[in-house]
Amino acid sequence: MSAPATDRLAATAAASGRLDTGPRPGLSQAERLGAVMGHHLLVYRRTWKGSIINRFLSPLFFLLSMGLGLGTLVDDGAGGVDGVPYLQFVVPGIIAVQAMWLSFGESTYAVFGYIRWNQMYAAMLSTPLRVIEVLGGHLAVVGVHLVVATTIFVGVASLFGAFASWWVLLTIPVGLLTGLAFAVPTFALSATLDNDNGFSLLYRFVVTPLMLFSGTFFPVEQLPSVLRPIAWGTPLWHGVELSRDAATGTPPGWLGVAHLGVLLLYIGGGWVLAHRQFSRRLVS
Amino acid sequence: MEGVGVVTEGELRILDMDPATDGAAIRARLGVCPQRDILDEDLSVEENLWVYGRFFGLSRSEVHRRADELLQFAQLGERRRDRVEPLSGGMKRRLTIARSLMNNPEVLLLDEPTTGLDPQARHVLWDRLFRLKREGVTLIITTHYMDEAEQLCDRLVVLDHGRIVAEGSPRALIAEHSTREVVELRFDLDDQERHVDAVSGVGERLEVLPDRLLVYVDDGDAALTSLHARGVEPLSSLVRRSTLEDVFLHLTGRTLVD
Repeated sequence: MSAPATDRLAATAAASGRLDTGPRPGLSQAERLGAVMGHHLLVYRRTWKGSIINRFLSPLFFLLSMGLGLGTLVDDGAGGVDGVPYLQFVVPGIIAVQAMWLSFGESTYAVFGYIRWNQMYAAMLSTPLRVIEVLGGHLAVVGVHLVVATTIFVGVASLFGAFASWWVLLTIPVGLLTGLAFAVPTFALSATLDNDNGFSLLYRFVVTPLMLFSGTFFPVEQLPSVLRPIAWGTPLWHGVELSRDAATGTPPGWLGVAHLGVLLLYIGGGWVLAHRQFSRRLVS
Repeated sequence: MEGVGVVTEGELRILDMDPATDGAAIRARLGVCPQRDILDEDLSVEENLWVYGRFFGLSRSEVHRRADELLQFAQLGERRRDRVEPLSGGMKRRLTIARSLMNNPEVLLLDEPTTGLDPQARHVLWDRLFRLKREGVTLIITTHYMDEAEQLCDRLVVLDHGRIVAEGSPRALIAEHSTREVVELRFDLDDQERHVDAVSGVGERLEVLPDRLLVYVDDGDAALTSLHARGVEPLSSLVRRSTLEDVFLHLTGRTLVD
C-alpha cells in the first residue's frame, strides 16, 4: 500500500476511534518468545490437574515402592549398591526418568495436536512470530515444567532421606538437560509423523525399555553386554549417571563431561531437525 | 492464504514489501481468518484474544482494551469467560474474525468466512465485515457464495482452476458476461426438447438444462410476449435479474469441480 493510502487509512481510523493504536515498536526476540510461552502457560493453567498424576504421583509411587520397599530387601541382602543405600542409589535415577516421562508427555500429542488438530502453530505463524520463536517458546515452557517438577520431587525425596549431599541441587539442571535431550528430538518426530499411531509404539518400545535398561534401578554393568550399548547411546543413562553423581556429591570428572556432551548433542541435533521439520510442515 | 506460503511462480508484493524477506513486518499488518476456525479450545473466549494480541507485541493493557472492543464488535461479550469448545459455529467464526482484528490490520484475509453458517449468523457477519470495510480495512475474501461476493466486494476476480477468467465490479461483470435479465421456462419433462428450436431465436443466449430452459435477454417481459406469439406455452415462466451466479456458471461451466 502506498503512503497516501496509509494516511487516508489513519484518518479513517481516527474518525471511527476503533483502528487507532498508534505506532508500534518492533518486537525483540525475548518478547516474541515470552508471548509464545505466555500462551502455553495460560493453557497449562487450565489443564494442569489432568497431568498431576503423571507428573508427581508416579515418581512418588516409584520412590515408595522401589526406594523403600525394594530398598529394604536390597540393603538387607547385598548391603546396598556399591555400598550406597538403595534409596540413595535409585532416587537420582527416578529424577532422570521423571524428566524423560515429562518430556515425552509434553512433546508428543501436545506438539502433534498443535500441528494437526487445533493448528495453533499455524495461527501463531500468521502473526509476526517465526518458527524459531514458536518452537523455542514451546520448548522453553517444557523446560519450565522440567525445572518445577524436578525441584518438587527433590524436595519430597529429601524428606525420606534420599540424599547425602547438598550437591543434590545440581540434579535440577541435570533433570532439565535430560528432559530436553528427549523433548527436542521428539518435537522433530511429532512434526514428522502423519498420524498419532507412532506415539504408542514410542511409549512401548522406547520409553519403557529405556526406563528399565538405563541404570535407573540397577547399574548397567548388570545388563547382558549386548544391551549395554542401548544405555550408552541414548540420553537417559547419561542423565541418570550425572544425576547420581550430583546426588551423592561425587565429582564425575571427564566421564561427567562426556555425559554432558551426549545430552547437549541430543539437544543440539534435535533442534536442527525440529526446526527443519517445523518449517517443512508449517511454512510451505 | 496465511501469508506464510512460498512463491512458486511470478512476483508477489504485499503492502509494498517482499514476503520472502519482510514476512514478519507484513504479517504484523495483516489479519488472517482461515477457513477452519483455528482456536485454542482449552482457553476461554477472551483468553484466545489476549494471547493472540501478545503475539503482535501488544502490551497487556492494550490487549485487554482491544479484546473488550472486539468482544462487543463480535457480539460475544456475554460469553467472554466461557470456554471456546461448546460455542456454536457462528460464534467461533465471529471469534476467529475478532481475533484476526486484534492487531488492527490494514488488510484482512478471509477464507470462505460464512461457509456452514445459518442465515442469521451470515447476516450478522456480513454486517460486521461491511462496517470494517467502511472503516478503511481492505477485505480480501475467497468465497463460493456469489451473493456474498455481491454484498461485500467492490472488485471481484473469478478463478477457474487457478487461472483468472474475469475480473471487475459485480455490476460490470454482469454487464459484460450476462444479460440484464433471465427468463426461466419449465415444460413437461418430455415436452421440453420440442420447444428448444422455437425458443432459441428469442434471447441473446439459450441454456438448456435438464429441467428448464434459461433464456438470457435484456427485457424478459418482451421476450415472454414474443414467445407467446410463437405459440410457446410453458408450464411456468419466471423473469429475474441476472446475478453473479449466472456469470460464474457461464464462465466456469456447470460441471462439478471436485
